[in-house]
Amino acid sequence: MLDITNLHATVADKPILNGVSLHVPAGEVHAIMGPNGSGKSTLAYVLAGRPGYEVSEGSATFGGADLLAMEPHERAAAGLFLGFQYPVEISGVSYLQFLRESLNAQRRARGEAELSGAEFIKLAREQAAALGMDAEMLKRPVNVGFSGGEKKRAEMVQMGIMQPRFAVLDETDSGLDIDALRIVGEGINRIMRAADKGVLLITHYERLLEHVRPDRVHVLQAGRITRSGDIELARDLEREGYAEVAA
Amino acid sequence: MTAPFPTRKQEGWRYADLDALQPVWEQFAEPLTLTVGPGEGFEEVWLPVADDVQVRRMQIALEAGAKARLFVLNTAPVYGRIELDVSLAEGAEFELTGANIGTGLSTNEIVTTVKHIGENGRSRQTVRSVLNGKATGSYLGKVGVARGAQKTDAGQSVKAMLLDRGATANCKPELEIFADDVKCAHGASVGELDAMQLFYAESRGLDPASARALLLEGFVMGLWDSAKDGDAIREAAREALRRVVG
Repeated sequence: MLDITNLHATVADKPILNGVSLHVPAGEVHAIMGPNGSGKSTLAYVLAGRPGYEVSEGSATFGGADLLAMEPHERAAAGLFLGFQYPVEISGVSYLQFLRESLNAQRRARGEAELSGAEFIKLAREQAAALGMDAEMLKRPVNVGFSGGEKKRAEMVQMGIMQPRFAVLDETDSGLDIDALRIVGEGINRIMRAADKGVLLITHYERLLEHVRPDRVHVLQAGRITRSGDIELARDLEREGYAEVAA
Repeated sequence: MTAPFPTRKQEGWRYADLDALQPVWEQFAEPLTLTVGPGEGFEEVWLPVADDVQVRRMQIALEAGAKARLFVLNTAPVYGRIELDVSLAEGAEFELTGANIGTGLSTNEIVTTVKHIGENGRSRQTVRSVLNGKATGSYLGKVGVARGAQKTDAGQSVKAMLLDRGATANCKPELEIFADDVKCAHGASVGELDAMQLFYAESRGLDPASARALLLEGFVMGLWDSAKDGDAIREAAREALRRVVG
């Protein structure tokens, strides 16, 4: 479903990714772990198409299409979702308006009918409730005044509303307390565990993986995948650290 | 007798489009006057009209405890000027919330003089500008606090968004204070749309033009939230943004 081959990328002319190869088949959840500065967030941004993140070599295809040739909004319409490590605040625009316009833009691009206001509000309420978020918060400006944990939970509500085919989740677990972590883990399973969907879960910690149970775990170090394994690899890392396990 | 035609040497007219003003000066030479009596309230929404040149000049005297709120949208195709000269007696409150939205070669400006004459007055001025093409948008705001006007609380917040290298924003909050126990705050910023906000919106499926339009809407639309009758100005602002963002 997502095929990354020998991907090299630079940010401000500095090489960050140095030949990442990764294959995530439909129906699987893969986790990427790695120390600070190893290139995890860069990989997420490159996949979503953030300006300034330049691919210098290699390829990434999504469902057979050249992902890197698409604009960010085209990637979203194709079914790619990026859960941001630091969700962005937008004052003056309510979450409801933001998500409704975004979802309908995606649907238009796919040739699907747009949702009416009532249909959208019903969907938003359902997804907020499923993630234990007060639907009233969706009337507030996007992420303004939200705590770190609320922002991450709101990212998952967005994912539930968008129903992507593939999610790249960049440290969605950071800033969450234990209960919120469980709710977010359950949300990922509920929304994304399906035969025709896939997830790339970027994390520092093994704890979220106990909820989500990835099919594969990869270690990213210095812009390259240095080890791959099953969830036992994540447990080893948690116990012994990156230096010991992946060196 | 018509008041003399202004010159650019006058501070309040330095960014004005005097060529556009000249042919119509006679109708605008005398500002309208309004007195709000003690304890009374006044609220008005000023919508743009279809004319190329749109000038509104008003002198407002707020007597003790009077309150005035103005919501204004300045989006003339050639030259728009909203000029206010406000005096506040004891305990009076004045609130101006406005936007300049322009494109092409247009000049839109909000020029204010707010004079706190009595004690305990409060004034708030919030102006947002969205400028594209070679448009100019200005806010010139002078706040004066007279010798006896202790406990004055005056605020000015001015922000401009430039969408094109050719666009110009002028922000000039100015204070003249002759009392010692006062609170006068002002802030001004000129910027472009935030790249991370744009990317966030695009990553959710909005094409670049729609993402820009949404962010600009957020920049301007929050202004009208507290207006009693804000629907018309909200719709006019939305329309102006659509025209200016293109």
